[in-house]
Amino acid sequence: MEAVLQYTANGLMVGGVYALIALGIVLVYKSTSVFNFAIGQMMMFGAFFFWMSMEQFGLPVWISLVVSLVGSIALGLLIERFTLRPLIGQPLLSAVLVTLALVYFLNGVAMGIWGAYQHRLPEFLPGAPVSIGGIVFSHDLLWSFFLAMALFVLLFLFYQRTRMGLAMRATAESHQVAQARGINVRTIFSMSWALCGVVAAVGGMLLGYRLGVSQFLALIGLKAFPAVLFGGLDSIGGALIGGLTVGVLENLAGGLVATWMMEITPYIILLVVLIIRPEGLFGLKRIERI
Amino acid sequence: MAVARPCGTYDESYAKDMAIVRTRLQWIILVIGLVFLFSLPLFLSGRWLNLLNFIGISLIAVHGLNILTGYCGQISLGQAAFMAVGAYTSGILTAKLGWSFWAALPCAALSAGIIGLIFGLPSLRVKGFYLAMATLAAQFIIPALISNPLEGITGGVHSMRVSAPRIGDFACTSAQSMFYIIIPIAVLMTFFAKNLVRTGVGRAFIAIRDNDLAAEVQGVNVFRYKLLAFFICSVYAGVAGCLWAHWMRAINPDHFTLMDSIWYVGMMIVGGMGSTAGAVFGVAFLRILDELTKVLGMWLSGIFVAWGAFLQAALGPIVYGLVIMLFIIFEPRGLAHRWEIFKTSYRLRPFAY
Repeated sequence: MEAVLQYTANGLMVGGVYALIALGIVLVYKSTSVFNFAIGQMMMFGAFFFWMSMEQFGLPVWISLVVSLVGSIALGLLIERFTLRPLIGQPLLSAVLVTLALVYFLNGVAMGIWGAYQHRLPEFLPGAPVSIGGIVFSHDLLWSFFLAMALFVLLFLFYQRTRMGLAMRATAESHQVAQARGINVRTIFSMSWALCGVVAAVGGMLLGYRLGVSQFLALIGLKAFPAVLFGGLDSIGGALIGGLTVGVLENLAGGLVATWMMEITPYIILLVVLIIRPEGLFGLKRIERI
Repeated sequence: MAVARPCGTYDESYAKDMAIVRTRLQWIILVIGLVFLFSLPLFLSGRWLNLLNFIGISLIAVHGLNILTGYCGQISLGQAAFMAVGAYTSGILTAKLGWSFWAALPCAALSAGIIGLIFGLPSLRVKGFYLAMATLAAQFIIPALISNPLEGITGGVHSMRVSAPRIGDFACTSAQSMFYIIIPIAVLMTFFAKNLVRTGVGRAFIAIRDNDLAAEVQGVNVFRYKLLAFFICSVYAGVAGCLWAHWMRAINPDHFTLMDSIWYVGMMIVGGMGSTAGAVFGVAFLRILDELTKVLGMWLSGIFVAWGAFLQAALGPIVYGLVIMLFIIFEPRGLAHRWEIFKTSYRLRPFAY
């Protein structure tokens, strides 16, 4: 029983970060209908920017944070401008395949700049592990969970309460109608990718703190895919629920059944979701007409 | 389809209209081409033959993917995993049960096909890139199963040794002998792929790709044909995997990763989706480009010594990613489309239209 609770707690904490990465995918998908396969690579870049400014340039934590955020936003904007904007009006398949090609390209660039070694981030998050009723919460997991949740709430408020957020939701409904109402759809596209960069950078820093900064980080991004599909591709709340569920189930399966189950549980969930409820828990069901 | 026929060629019967090889000149070119292809081992060195073998194996995998994605419109990101199924089936049958390569090959194809069918089941309800997700799941689940629960028979993360194919008492260990096993199979599979798309099945695939709802209204059993496309795609992957196993003679789950699957998708895009000739162009283009990049990387790392090792590892993915992106943005119909343009203008020469 104790073990089950411990695994659930760990899963929830890790799931928070998955949810955050899933949110990055949802943000882009909602307004541009492009599925970003390269989110793991964007995350890796965020973490590498952070590591570079902290370790190689010796800058303090908060400046490094800004460096990482700015770098990731720039990366998101570059991706949007040079690979996805030329594809506006092309079949959606092309846009998806371009993000797959980006996976390769960004992996190569990261390898060329930072090499294949694993780098450790310095201990910048204060605190010590907390024990509540026999369940141990390590402080880095707590930090990442709460930082992820804070960012989640901020982005949710941004979407619901600001004018820009309203414009982004309108664009998600229909590009043409939004344009007719005077919304600059291109700006919205760039904005979505910039936000995706922010989310990826934060996710990358949090995961990089726990797992070390290396090419391996990009693979964690893949775990956000089941989370996104579980919650529904166009639902912000769904990304949260999906991320947490995937985190918990993965840790339970890994801890109670076998360690190797941890790697494939998210994908088994993915298959089950696709067969039973393809649009996800909260996703919008599209009705097709000829 | 090419708009212009070769000059003076008239299709007088349906059979002629549907023929793959139309004119006497094309027959001559085909025969000379095949003779040339099969005499290559006489004057090429082992390194070049290995490249050709690699191209042949990749070509089989890409043909399968092309039937599924290019003709039937279902995306798959799991081709490498289905290759792994074929490779390990054949490996286990030959190494543990002592079967011959020739008996293991159809079994490998069949087992990969059946596993492909299972992962094609979600295509009943989902399509487009949701389906890509289902095959992505296959790409992670299959290698994980091979390296953990099945470790006892597959050797897990330690490589599994596979014997070379035998013809009588002769073991095909050299590049030359493998060339004569791989390339005829690749040629046969190419012909089968080319032929498939002009049968009723192939037309049903194309109808599903163009609009699956409309196809269903027309009386095409969409689910059945989608599953059939998955089956054929995985059979191709199984054959490719089996050949890979017996060519490398050691297999490891790390040979069949997501990155490899993306490679196959990339080759299909560069060649041109929905074109058998395109698959040949794409595979040859990217494999040769890959070789050139390796040479270039070696040369550059000799110049920038401090940076060398990473530069070499980084150059491949950068060039590959860049080429695919450029193709998607500037020539989404691939090399096959360029080839069609060339053929048409050649036939119309010296007139512009």
